[in-house]
Amino acid sequence: MAEMTYRSAVTRAIRQEMLHDDRVFLIGEDVAKAGGVFKTTGGLLDEFGPGRVMDTPISEQAIIGAAMGAASAGLRPIAEIMFADFVLVTQDIVANQIAKARYMTDGQLTLPLVIRFGSGGGLRFGAQHSQSVENWMMMIPGLKVVAPSTPEDLIGLFAAAVRDPDPVMFIEHKGLLSSKGEVPDGEIVDELGKAKVVRPGRDATIVALGMMVHRALEAAEQLSGQGLEVEVIDVRSLVPLDVTTILESVRRTGCLFTVEENPRLCGWGAEIVSIAIEEAFEHIDGAPIRITTPHIPLAHAGVLEDAAIPSVDRIIETVAKQLL
Amino acid sequence: MTQTLSPTVPDTEQRLAMHRMMLEIRFFEEVWTRLFNAGKTGPGHSSIGMEAIAAAFGVQLRPGDSTYATYRGHAHTLARGVPMKGTMAELLGRGTGINGGKGGSMHLTSVEHGMMGSYAIIGAHLPIAAGTALAAKYLGKDDVTVCFFGDGTTNIGAFHEALNLAAIWDLPVVYVCENNHYMEYTPISEVTAVPRPAADRASAYGLEPIVVDGNDADAMYDVAQAAIAKARSGGGPSLIEALTYRHLGHASSDPGKYRPEDEVASWIQRDPIPAYRQRLLDAGVAEEALEAMAQESRAMAEEAATFAVDSPVPDVRNLDKNVWADGGSSWRR
Repeated sequence: MAEMTYRSAVTRAIRQEMLHDDRVFLIGEDVAKAGGVFKTTGGLLDEFGPGRVMDTPISEQAIIGAAMGAASAGLRPIAEIMFADFVLVTQDIVANQIAKARYMTDGQLTLPLVIRFGSGGGLRFGAQHSQSVENWMMMIPGLKVVAPSTPEDLIGLFAAAVRDPDPVMFIEHKGLLSSKGEVPDGEIVDELGKAKVVRPGRDATIVALGMMVHRALEAAEQLSGQGLEVEVIDVRSLVPLDVTTILESVRRTGCLFTVEENPRLCGWGAEIVSIAIEEAFEHIDGAPIRITTPHIPLAHAGVLEDAAIPSVDRIIETVAKQLL
Repeated sequence: MTQTLSPTVPDTEQRLAMHRMMLEIRFFEEVWTRLFNAGKTGPGHSSIGMEAIAAAFGVQLRPGDSTYATYRGHAHTLARGVPMKGTMAELLGRGTGINGGKGGSMHLTSVEHGMMGSYAIIGAHLPIAAGTALAAKYLGKDDVTVCFFGDGTTNIGAFHEALNLAAIWDLPVVYVCENNHYMEYTPISEVTAVPRPAADRASAYGLEPIVVDGNDADAMYDVAQAAIAKARSGGGPSLIEALTYRHLGHASSDPGKYRPEDEVASWIQRDPIPAYRQRLLDAGVAEEALEAMAQESRAMAEEAATFAVDSPVPDVRNLDKNVWADGGSSWRR
C-alpha cells in the first residue's frame, strides 16, 4: 500500500496492462517522447520502446481509426485523445464506426480498444478544453463508458477496460490529476459495471461521478454535522450501469440526488432518475433532484467557472433544503 | 497516364480469373438492379463499369490480406471470394445474409474472407485500413491491406490524415482511388483544386503519383501487383488513382441525368468487360470458353437471386444480439 497521485496511477495502469499483454500498445499525440501533455505517460517509451508507445501527428481521426483497425486485427490499442473535447473530432469513427461495427457485422468484428482522455472543468481552460463528454458517449449503443475518481479505482478500472472485449471510453478527470489516494501494491484488476458506496448513510442517496464524487463526499461530511447522514455512490461506470447498487440505496434512503458536472440537458443523472422513478417509485419520498452545471458552456474566468460547476456549498444547500 | 512501375503482364490463368471475376460482378449487379426495380431490395450503389479495379486486386490478394471498401462495395466483396448467395441475401435483408441482415448493401462484411467491411461515411475507412496495416507490421506479418474509395473521398480530412500516417509509419497498405469522375452528382473536377484528385496529392505524402486506366484489367493488374509487392516487402504504402466510370447513377434510384449523354456513351464504349473479352480472344483464348464462363457467371447470379428471394427474413429475436462481445445488448447490471 502506498500513496499515489491520480496522475501516477494513469502511468502505472498503462504500464501494468502493457506488461500483462504484448498486444497492448499506446498511441496518441505527445504520449511517447514528451510523456503526455498531462504527464501521464512518462517513462513508457523508455520501457516499452517506439514499437509499443507511438507518437502521432495531430490527426485524431487517424489515431482512432488506426486503433479500430488494429483492434479488429487482434491487437488491444490504448488510444489517447488529449482533451476530452477533441473526441468530437473523431466522433464519426467513434459513433458511426467503432460503436456499430460489431452489430452491423452481426458479431464478425470484435474491437477490444480503449480511448482515454482528460475530461472536466475547474482548471480555467475555457469552453473547449473543459467539457464533461461522458453523456455524448453514453447515449451511443456499443460504447462502454468509465470514469474513475480515485487512483486505485483508476488502475483497476483501466485494467478491466483494456481486458474487456468491447470498446471502452475511459475518462480521466483533469481536475483530479494531482489528487492522492492509497493504492495497494501489485496488480489491480477491477470490474466494469460496479458502482461503489463510498460513504454509507440512511437519509438520502447522492449519486456522483468523477470529480463530483469528492465534492459529494465533502458535502456529506458537512451535512453530517447538521444531523443528516447522506449515502454517496460513485457510479464509476456509466455503461454498463450498476442499477442494482443505486436502486438498493434509493429504496433504503427514499431520497435521490445526482451530482453531475455536465450541462443540464440529457445528463446521465436524468437516466438514473428515470430508472429510479420507473422501478422504485413506491420507495421514494420526494422528487429526485439533479444538481448539474446550468445549461451553458463553461467560462474561463474562475469566478464564472466556479459558479457553474456544482460546488460543495450548492450540494449542501440543495440537500438541506429538501430534507430539513 | 503516368505509370512509373515496371509492367507485369498476368499469365493466362490470371487473365481468365480476372475475366471471370468481372463477369460475376457484372451479372450480380445486373440481377440485383433488376430486383431493386422490382421492389425486392432496398437501395444500393452499383459498380457496373468499374469491375476491372476490384478484379485486378481480387485475383492477387491472399488469405490474411484485408480489403476495405465503400458503400459501393458489392464488387470488392465478391472479389475476395465471398459467396454470391450470402451477399445477395444480405442486400435483400435476409437472415442468410453475410451480416445476418443487419448490414445491407452499404456494410457488406465477411471477415473470414478478409473483407473487413464496406463503409458508408466518406473517408472513415482510410484510417481504419491504416490500423489493420499497423497490426500486420506490429505482429511481424507480411499481410497487406487494400483500401478502395471514390474520388470524392480525396477532399475529406480523413483521407489526408490516413495517407500521412501510412507514409510516416511505412504501413503495408494500398490506397486505391476509383475515380469515376463524379462525387455523387457533381463532377469531381468542379470541386477539386487539382486535375487528378488522388495522384496530384500523392507528393504531399512522399508517394509516387500513379494514374492508371481503371477500365483496362491488365493495366490494373500491373499497378496492383507492384503496389501489393511493395507493401508486402516492407516498402510502405501506395496511392493509386484508377480512372473509370459508373454506367449507372450514384445510387439505385439515381438515373444519372446530370452527366452529358455523349460522355456516358463514350465511357460505355470503353466498358472494361467486352474490351477484355476481345483481348483474350486476340490472345488465342477459345470463344467457347469465354461464352461458357459468361453463362456460368450469369447462372450463379440468378441462383444467388433465387436463394436470396427464397431465404427467410431475419429472426426478430436477433434484434438485440451482438451489440457487445458477450452476444447481447445489456447496458445495466
